[in-house]
Amino acid sequence: MASKPRSSEPRSSDPLRPDDHVDAEVTGTDVTGTDVTQPRLGPAGYIRFFWRQLTSMRTALLLLLLLALAAVPGSLVPQTTSDPNGVIQFQQRDPETYRVLDALGLFSTFSTPWFSAIYLLLFVSLVGCIVPRTKHHWDAMRARPPKTPARLERLVGFVSEPTNVEAGVAIDAAAALLKRQGYRIERYGDSVSAERGYLRETGNLVFHTALVGMLITVGIGGGFGYTGQRVIVQGEPFTNVLSAYDSIVKGRFFTESALEPYSLRLDDFEGHYELDASTGQWHPTDFDASVSTREPGGDWTAGSIKVNSPLTVGGTDVYLLGNGYAPVITVRDPDGVAVFSGAVPFLPLDGNLRSRGVVKVPDGLDQQVALQGFFYPDPVQMSDGTYTSFSPTDHGESLVTLFVYAGDLGLDAGVGVNAYVLDIDGMTQLAGGDSGVAALQLAEGQTVDLPDGLGTIEYEGLRRFVSLDIHHDPTPGWALLFAALILGGLLVSLFVPRRRVWVKAVGGRLEYAGLARGEDPTLEAAVADIARRHRAVLGEADRRMEP
Amino acid sequence: MTDTLAAYSLVAVYSAIAVYAIAFVTYVLDLAKRAALAQAVVAQPAAASIGRASQGATLTAEMPPTTSTGTPGASRYQRTAFALTILAWVIHVAAVVLRAVAAGRVPWANLFEFTMTGTAIIVGVFLLVQLWRDLKLLGAYVTGVVVLLGSLATANFYVDVTPLPPALQSAWLGIHVLVAMLATGFFAVGGGLSIVQLLQQRREAGKAAGIRFLKSFPTSEVLEVTANRVVIVGFALWTFTLMAGAIWAERAWGRYWGWDTKEVWTFIIWVVFAGYVHARATRGWRGSRSAWLAIIGFAAVIFNFTVVNLFFSGLHAYTGLK
Repeated sequence: MASKPRSSEPRSSDPLRPDDHVDAEVTGTDVTGTDVTQPRLGPAGYIRFFWRQLTSMRTALLLLLLLALAAVPGSLVPQTTSDPNGVIQFQQRDPETYRVLDALGLFSTFSTPWFSAIYLLLFVSLVGCIVPRTKHHWDAMRARPPKTPARLERLVGFVSEPTNVEAGVAIDAAAALLKRQGYRIERYGDSVSAERGYLRETGNLVFHTALVGMLITVGIGGGFGYTGQRVIVQGEPFTNVLSAYDSIVKGRFFTESALEPYSLRLDDFEGHYELDASTGQWHPTDFDASVSTREPGGDWTAGSIKVNSPLTVGGTDVYLLGNGYAPVITVRDPDGVAVFSGAVPFLPLDGNLRSRGVVKVPDGLDQQVALQGFFYPDPVQMSDGTYTSFSPTDHGESLVTLFVYAGDLGLDAGVGVNAYVLDIDGMTQLAGGDSGVAALQLAEGQTVDLPDGLGTIEYEGLRRFVSLDIHHDPTPGWALLFAALILGGLLVSLFVPRRRVWVKAVGGRLEYAGLARGEDPTLEAAVADIARRHRAVLGEADRRMEP
Repeated sequence: MTDTLAAYSLVAVYSAIAVYAIAFVTYVLDLAKRAALAQAVVAQPAAASIGRASQGATLTAEMPPTTSTGTPGASRYQRTAFALTILAWVIHVAAVVLRAVAAGRVPWANLFEFTMTGTAIIVGVFLLVQLWRDLKLLGAYVTGVVVLLGSLATANFYVDVTPLPPALQSAWLGIHVLVAMLATGFFAVGGGLSIVQLLQQRREAGKAAGIRFLKSFPTSEVLEVTANRVVIVGFALWTFTLMAGAIWAERAWGRYWGWDTKEVWTFIIWVVFAGYVHARATRGWRGSRSAWLAIIGFAAVIFNFTVVNLFFSGLHAYTGLK
């Protein structure tokens, strides 16, 4: 598309096209731009040559197909952005392959240099194409429809009909008719030249420009946002500051001042389920987290978060990701002094909320102690003595079973440790499993002794927890605007026909013909329709003159 | 009540598949008849030398009358097959409606339902485009695809009616998925036309004289233009699907785009069809190469809806299968 408007037809109102576009006129030079008869190219010549190549249809097409191909690995291999756990599992399962794929950047396919190179080249090609086209189209929109060709016979839908209406009158009527149908018209002697469908090119340009807008919105605008996750237990407020997040992904241009320090508290959580009688499975029908929020200087206000209905607060959207139970557990030393007390979120393992959790007691007992356990909201004992959960709902009969470990918790190394995972290397199992001591079992309100006289443990009560995703993203409004422009531009550019129509009076006959400018399957019918309507208008004129 | 209606729905699905299968066989008989007639034409010495340009005229003597678009009129087999397709579709739509009433929600919340409704929409689009152009020549292809997908889904993916999980409780389930299925319908018809176009092109080039029924089909150029009209409707619908999905993802998952596996494939399909539209406008690519892109694009749609649904992990985990 680097080609200048063709000199042979400088005022052409045709949309400007790359040389290898099917609608571009063949200009004598090789359409690929590799004209072997050309003299040696200087540096400027080479630059122009590469620019022509880059902005040709062929290159754009090739880059599009490459882009599609390059995206495929992003669906085959887990991505750090969308499936971080999948990446970790992959690494543990097959470290050899992991190293190779990681070196290729396949775990973050969509930000690798090669993927970026493809779409950036594509967008450079796109910009190189639409800028000259926009200028050309701007001029074309104010140009007159081109001169009527000397001979219309070879054009689309050619009709020639005898008439006894005077040429000037007939052409005036034709011009009025075409104008009513949305054509731009220009009289050339005893003929009218008409063109319509400039919107097709406008739509095309809007579509492509909006794609660039979308890229900028996502690429730059997205850099100001952040996405954080946080587990919140009933009654324990969260404040929107950096340190309060369990994990957070920050955009490139993120600063801590982007966090508005509001508070959010989970007041209640309700999960509704329906039993499928044929399979015995419980299907969730609704999750409703009742929360209260308080913006700086304000009062607590009640709100609700559901799966398809996030809560908007303090410039963020808060989404409900998951939920579960958090038994309140208190561990005491042999003297009855509490050394650990708190609601411990147990992470769900299945649809009936059989859950797993970890309690770590680093201080206060004779040894460091860890408890790893299962929680059953609606326990049933199975034939082998183990438990499962019959339903996801707690009826006040919930059960916690715990394995007890003593030894080194590995917390003193100064390295961050996942609170939900227990590393039992360097610990001795005191209860449960192969230890010879039965696992601890606690119903709500019960207290039992820890093995080896370490102390006691109490299951005091039950709370709910939710895991929330908290997003700040300034782009959705812009993205929506560009999406609308993309869709609108596309529809117009695909379905509005660009066409020329001529009506000409020659020696007692009226001639009609059309010319498609781009894809136009209904042109022939449109010319026939214009001819018919024009004849009808003239027929009425004839009759009015006769009496 | 729910179970009874769902059972009726399943019976209707089986019946529809059976009638589609009969229609498919009848369409194939029609093609066989056309092949036989075309051979008869070739056997005549006068006709043997007739080239491509006057082919239509040659065939009028032997074939049923040719319509203005160049498509030969319907044979008795084709008329029967088409009537059977309509009958099967009515039963099919009844199955979809019964399932919707049984579930009390849109009938596309798991893979079985999605296939059932999606295939009904493919046939619906096929029937709809007949109002615009006579494309009954695709009957064998469309009924073949639908019988295949329908029986595979019913045999392997059937699940009882279950309530809508919270993640799907949104008006966007109606819009996003419905438009995706509509786009699929148009891509299916466009893909079929492109396949026939490629075969026709080979025959015109004298490479595939074996497929004789193609003689009674429109020229590859007519097929190409028709395929393009159908595919660009699909492309516009797919663009909307992608955007509606992004808007819903923004509501449900907190980001409008996150390269989830299904999003990746939606993007790939969109780019392939964008490539198709560009190929149609590029010298040396319009014709067989652009036709290949339309076929690859439709293959990617099918891949997305089968392999990606079943074997790739991601957020779009709604097959309803364990």
